[in-house]
Amino acid sequence: MSDLADFTVTAAAAGLRSGDFSSVELLEAVHKRAAMTEANLHAYLTIDRDGAARGAVAADSALKKGTAHGPLHGIPVALKDNMVTRGLETTASSKILSGYLPPYDGTAVTRLREGGAVIFGKTNLDEFAMGSSTENSAYGPSRNPWDPERVPGGSSGGSAAAVAAGSALVGFGSDTGGSIRQPAALCGIVGMKPTYGLVSRYGLIAFASSLDQIGPLTRTVEDSVAALEVVGGHDPADSTSYPGAVPDYRSGLKSGVAGLRVGVVAELNGAGIDPAVQAAVDQTVAQLEEAGATIVELSLPSIEYALSAYYLIAPAECSANLARFDGVRYGLRRLGENVEEMMSNTRADGFGPEVTRRILLGTYALSAGYYDAFYGQAQRVRTLIIQDFQAAYQQADVLVSPTSPTTAFKLGDRTQDPLSMYLSDVCTIPSNMSGDPAISVPIGVDADGMPIGFQVMAPALGEPVMFRVAAEVERQAGFTVRARHASSEVVT
Amino acid sequence: MPVEIDIAKVARLARLALSEEDLDRYREQCEVVLEHAARVQALPTDGVAGTSHPLPRTNAFREDRITECLDTEEVLAQAPDRDGDFFSVPKILDEQ
Repeated sequence: MSDLADFTVTAAAAGLRSGDFSSVELLEAVHKRAAMTEANLHAYLTIDRDGAARGAVAADSALKKGTAHGPLHGIPVALKDNMVTRGLETTASSKILSGYLPPYDGTAVTRLREGGAVIFGKTNLDEFAMGSSTENSAYGPSRNPWDPERVPGGSSGGSAAAVAAGSALVGFGSDTGGSIRQPAALCGIVGMKPTYGLVSRYGLIAFASSLDQIGPLTRTVEDSVAALEVVGGHDPADSTSYPGAVPDYRSGLKSGVAGLRVGVVAELNGAGIDPAVQAAVDQTVAQLEEAGATIVELSLPSIEYALSAYYLIAPAECSANLARFDGVRYGLRRLGENVEEMMSNTRADGFGPEVTRRILLGTYALSAGYYDAFYGQAQRVRTLIIQDFQAAYQQADVLVSPTSPTTAFKLGDRTQDPLSMYLSDVCTIPSNMSGDPAISVPIGVDADGMPIGFQVMAPALGEPVMFRVAAEVERQAGFTVRARHASSEVVT
Repeated sequence: MPVEIDIAKVARLARLALSEEDLDRYREQCEVVLEHAARVQALPTDGVAGTSHPLPRTNAFREDRITECLDTEEVLAQAPDRDGDFFSVPKILDEQ
């Protein structure tokens, strides 16, 4: 039999149900793969050996009794370490939360447990999800399975590296400005940000609350659907959770794109995009046209300002959210003469440079005298971006672009220049500003053999059409090259 | 548009006890980012309302029912310092 660590979620779930192998065997295969790759990749901060073993035994027992439920039943799952897990260390890759054992599970985690998923471990990220390379982790960077000299992207770089290398069958991350889609693109896997509100944020350590969204990192589009089916849906514990019924994501997967209108966004294609990336994207667009889609060239002028607006809105929300880390109730405490000094010493010592920078930026953008010119204006620009998207979706069913302007860059290449790092997210940020869903699908590799991602964006709750187009992109690209640490082919 | 930041004031508002050297470095980096971010000011937005949130939701209500809450012992076990069932902190007001 092929190595179980290389199975897709869909294939593994079928194998478990037909009794070809057990969840315990599947877990063992993933442990073996992690033992082989972790020294190089550092995808994980914590591997929960005991908890995962208990989960796999329970999953097998439910399978025997016929009480198994859900498409992730018995499947080893990697969770980004900003998703709180009861009694399992959760750090958000920050020194300020070192040793923190949350007293509760987040809603997405609860739904995974209830769905029989086996929580294998907690993955590395840029501290508090702020970054695009996973180099901003207080516990050291993760590396790209395709080339360990390069970054896996970020901030969900650990989950992306694990899924690409086979040390998890599926990973979860959070996406505030591209933090699921960009690392998925750089690691040659599928990464999906759902419509804002579709997945509960309860128990996701907040970075920018109006932009954050939990989503899956998988090896196929169908696996992405399976993962979203488990974690999505209304949650009374999150007041911003979408209250309506969850759409059927699955039925259109094999429908193809004939008759659909695919919009190519002028502002996100061409200028500023690496020529090899753009060439691959253009080829995919041509394949979609060949498959029966109508291609529409569109302009969304205000998204030229999305990155600028994002770097006011996200830091503003971050400075408010991260005020809770003050050394009072949990995490690090540094002593001081009085409580204010204690808090200021704790925060200065506990936060890394990127988090400190964003708190300062946000505090400035919200401070008296600057609020309207910066934060207020960014909010008005956000309205214009949403209006541009709404107009575009009158003319097209989905919009497409590269996911990332470049393929994976070398460690250290962008750490000295924050602005150059921020530009990594220029194509992904607009969908966070509008709250719409978007997915990255791998379509090929560049001359260095590094993967290229193709982004499909859809209007709010447009996941069904987004998945439908993504599935066609996947079929057309026939992307089967796997990471070098996962030598065998993925079993679908 | 060049942006000038009173970084010491901002750091104090954010409760960050940073060294002079760190303050200088952060001021330079923040000014570069803000200069880029200030591009938003070039876009005319007269009569445009701001969006603080992508969902057009106001309040989410639920029944006011007693439900299970977090375990006191489990929560306090994470406290850097405690006094019985309370979080303990250095004194807040100077005694006169």
